[in-house]
Amino acid sequence: MHPSHFFSSSNVLIVAGKGGVGKTVTAAAVATAASRAGQSVLLVEVAGRSGAASLFGAVPKGYEESTVFEETEIDGIRHGSITLKSITPDAALMEWLETHGFKRLVGRMATTGLLEVVATATPGIKDLLILGRIKAFEEAGAYDLIVIDAPAAGHAVGFLRSPAGVRDAAKTGVLHRQAVEVLEMIGDPDRCKVMLVTIPEETPVNEMIETSFAIEEELGVHLGPAVVNSVLPDLDDLDHDLATLAAGADLELTDNERTALATAADFRAGRLRLQHEQLDRLGALLPLDQIRLPHRFGSSIGPDEIAELASVLTTAIEALPEEGDE
Amino acid sequence: MTGFAELLAESQVVICCGTGGVGKTTTSAATALAAATAGRRACVVTIDPAKRLADSLGIGELSNTPTVIDGPWDGTLAALMLDTESTFDEVVRRHAHDDAQADRILGNRFYKNVSGTLSGTQDYMAVEKLSELSSSGEWDLIVVDTPPTRDALAFLEAPKLLTRLLDNPIYKVVTASNKGLIGVANRAAQGVLRQLARVVGAAVVDEAVAFFQAFQGMEDGFRDRAQSTLELLSDDRTAFVLVASPRSDTLDEARYFLDRIRSADLDASGVVVNRMLPATGVGTERAAMIEAELAGSPGASAATALADLAAAAADDEARVADLAESAPDAVLVRVPMLNDDVHDLDGLGRVADLLTADAPSATS
Repeated sequence: MHPSHFFSSSNVLIVAGKGGVGKTVTAAAVATAASRAGQSVLLVEVAGRSGAASLFGAVPKGYEESTVFEETEIDGIRHGSITLKSITPDAALMEWLETHGFKRLVGRMATTGLLEVVATATPGIKDLLILGRIKAFEEAGAYDLIVIDAPAAGHAVGFLRSPAGVRDAAKTGVLHRQAVEVLEMIGDPDRCKVMLVTIPEETPVNEMIETSFAIEEELGVHLGPAVVNSVLPDLDDLDHDLATLAAGADLELTDNERTALATAADFRAGRLRLQHEQLDRLGALLPLDQIRLPHRFGSSIGPDEIAELASVLTTAIEALPEEGDE
Repeated sequence: MTGFAELLAESQVVICCGTGGVGKTTTSAATALAAATAGRRACVVTIDPAKRLADSLGIGELSNTPTVIDGPWDGTLAALMLDTESTFDEVVRRHAHDDAQADRILGNRFYKNVSGTLSGTQDYMAVEKLSELSSSGEWDLIVVDTPPTRDALAFLEAPKLLTRLLDNPIYKVVTASNKGLIGVANRAAQGVLRQLARVVGAAVVDEAVAFFQAFQGMEDGFRDRAQSTLELLSDDRTAFVLVASPRSDTLDEARYFLDRIRSADLDASGVVVNRMLPATGVGTERAAMIEAELAGSPGASAATALADLAAAAADDEARVADLAESAPDAVLVRVPMLNDDVHDLDGLGRVADLLTADAPSATS
């Protein structure tokens, strides 16, 4: 599939997954790949402390929108801008009340602890209002694509279930209307899709399978390709004869080094075997296209690594079938 | 303090905290197993274990009472997968003046939101269960596997969850109006409630008001309980153990956790770093040189595997050393990456051995 088709097939891409699978990194790579496909991108973090800014070599700006990459032309190809925005549940609730004619209530909320009562009376209200805020961005149309770094720790289903929950809890009132409108957005694949991220290990793979079925069948939200992060590159010929290891090379190896070579080869072979088991299992149990992102050896992740991951992502998207071709 | 085994021996409560995806549940269960192996009566309270692990422990169902697990240890090992909602119901019944009051609360929809979906409820009920098990006197060590959260203090704040709601001026006004006290504050609050009804609907507001009214007379019981729970959490024999992995993002989170714990005048007694890569004994540069030399010859793949591993292990080690520096008094345990998820007692036993192995684990 052409990346520009992929990234313009929905207005909102929600990147979700269990904690520790590299969701923020994936969201940043998705934003970068979309920018290279000419889209102007808003990358929204909803989880609290912001981690995306440093991935773009920028300083976190808190809750202000901050553009970390300006629209530009590289080798005759237009790259869209990338803007970061952090939304917190409390801020979303306050902002929503203010813009819906409850300015007086906002003042009291802060001083009386009423916020907690409201949030308790209508579970899911904060998640709903974050989604509502995203919907407002989507409708305003200032960005071609909105990428969401969704809440961590397996809360993606709860996050996406919130509008239906609030719609049923608050049967009347402005909040009810808001819930209905957000439901329209997340249920429409032209407007919103979810990209789930996992790593090729047992528990995260199980979680992805469960979450996928919950999101698509129970919530009616559409899924994009499954992203498998941190995939170790294959190495052939890890079986070898220690004695012939360095044969022909102009290098003296100590016994310790020979042992280390064997240990490392065995360790890698073991990891690769487990990884293939999990990738096969995921492929067999989850009928989604897979996008695999490579494991990164060593140091921390910054702008260079994100650029590299974006290239891998773009290549993987190009390898996907065009919609309707399947 | 020299090692993790000593830390366990000196503790009556171990709170395992940390972000998701770092092996916290496995570490918690293995910690309890280590204590049982040392002859103690140990119980682990878990929130949401992976299904295979839960099944193999015989705790596949939510429960409120510990299930004793048979095994070759001298002490006792028990586990409990916390049923948050029914634990909350029990707490309400315990504090209620009579069954009628308890029923009024348990049937209220606002209460169901509190007990079922409110964030912090899991932490709150885990602490409640801890309190209950601790005062039963049946256990030498209780290990709590905390819900995954970004904020270490969520667990410490949890016991105040209800009392904070009850400190709400709305609650005071709602209950005051029952006593016939109509004043300026009340009229203002009524105005707020009317506005609120326009936002969330009148039925929702009525349920909230009914909840607060039903709670009258129970506040002191809850407040006392919250106080005694906090005392248990700050007791010398309660140890906070931070569980992490050597990935840079989880270590950043771990450092944030440590700062937060310290800001509450508590200290992490232990730091467990799971998934450490095996040490190769070969330096990063030398490994890279070997890889370059062996390119194209037999063993090229092994050399690449060694170069990758040596570089990654050195990075992990540097990051973990950084973390150790920010918790100089904590026992640091490195648990090597295991070849498979732990989902049976044998696996847990191996982790328990690794936790308590006589490795040079104390930082200085």
